[in-house]
Amino acid sequence: MEKGLTVRDRFGGASLLTGLNLAMMVAALYLALLWAPTEAEQGNVQRIFYFHVPLAWVSFLAFFVVFVGSLIYLWRRSRWWDALAHASAEIGVVFTTLVLVTGSIWARPIWGVWWTWDPRLTTTTIMWLIYLAYLLVRSYATESSQGARFAAVLGIVGFIDVPLVALAIVWWRTLHPGPIIPQGGVDPSMLFVLFFSLATFTLFYVLLMMGRVRLRLAQDRLEELKYQRMQGD
Amino acid sequence: MRGFWGKALAIAWKDILAEARTKDMVLSMLVFSILVIIVFNFAFESSAEQTAQVAPGVLWVTFTFAGVLGMNRSFVQEKDRGCLEGLMLCPLDRGVIYTGKMLGNFIFMLLVEVIVLPVFSILFNLPLFAPRLVLITVLATLAFSTAGTLFAAIAVNTRARDFMLPILFIPVVVPVIIAAVQASGLALAPGPGEGYWSWLQLIVVFVVIFLAVSFLVFEYVLEE
Repeated sequence: MEKGLTVRDRFGGASLLTGLNLAMMVAALYLALLWAPTEAEQGNVQRIFYFHVPLAWVSFLAFFVVFVGSLIYLWRRSRWWDALAHASAEIGVVFTTLVLVTGSIWARPIWGVWWTWDPRLTTTTIMWLIYLAYLLVRSYATESSQGARFAAVLGIVGFIDVPLVALAIVWWRTLHPGPIIPQGGVDPSMLFVLFFSLATFTLFYVLLMMGRVRLRLAQDRLEELKYQRMQGD
Repeated sequence: MRGFWGKALAIAWKDILAEARTKDMVLSMLVFSILVIIVFNFAFESSAEQTAQVAPGVLWVTFTFAGVLGMNRSFVQEKDRGCLEGLMLCPLDRGVIYTGKMLGNFIFMLLVEVIVLPVFSILFNLPLFAPRLVLITVLATLAFSTAGTLFAAIAVNTRARDFMLPILFIPVVVPVIIAAVQASGLALAPGPGEGYWSWLQLIVVFVVIFLAVSFLVFEYVLEE
């Protein structure tokens, strides 16, 4: 803990996983864009789903981790859990943004609009706003421990609130039926690509988390050292 | 010694007394609400049928924003005059403080609504005194107060206290806004209004969850 961060610290444990994940990314691109069969009704546009679905999955996973991290932080007050929740919220917000963007790109040719108030879309947007607020409340706090507490409260409340948001929106939209996603059997090779992509993005999330948590803890340590230095003078 | 409710009511009573002397919160919410309704009137210059369609939406947008304004005041006042520290020094459970402030906010919002609803009814030429509309208004206001009090206590302690509350509050109360608009629409429409009770239940669930969670986490909001 006392020694400084070296290049080896930063890349040591993660290097193997990083290399593996990079290879998986390339493979996922190949599988999704070239290898997977073209969908009969939607054509090539459907291929975006191999990225869209994993991104959405990682977002939910990330926000679940925020919830768990927030709970344990309030209970134990360990900085590590706060760093975990914070990192996960950041990654979750970025991934949710990408979910909304890739969804829009798909919706334009298929539904004919960039945006529609479809239940899932609307719920995702509200969820995105809740976690943006999570990041904002942290950055506008007067000190970092206060920000951590406030954010943890929102991390818990927000996660509990999302199912209610989803329920309300589903009930609301059933009054005005929206566009329907074409249904049908899914080719096994498509499922394989989807699961491969899911694994790739989940590992990517884990790697990002490792890096971000480490960075956060290093930032905290730096603040501490600066403070000690000031006290010393 | 007073029990839990005695203490919570004492805090609410303190707020009511302070408000009775300054009339800051209720008056500003009231004027603001009427302004919003008037602005909406320009935005949707519409026929009678269209008015009936947009009325529930206008009503709840008004109450949402007025609520944000008022609930922010309720903690800004405490903070500015150092009262919050005093309140925290009292030998009280944080849950009691939460409940007291929440009751105060609830009462002030209801007070504003009691005045705004008739004005709204006259300006939009709508019969708003349906018992079912009153019921949904009371419940949704309670839901706003449960979440709003928690977030107002957070917002007031941040550097950006004036715009932090809407950012925290509005996404979280989306279920209440949807349910209140839909149920009000059903209450105002002629006929049995199927689905009204489901919306009501959704709001009740929200209230129960937020009361329980806020009660538990409030000690982490008011700390040090």
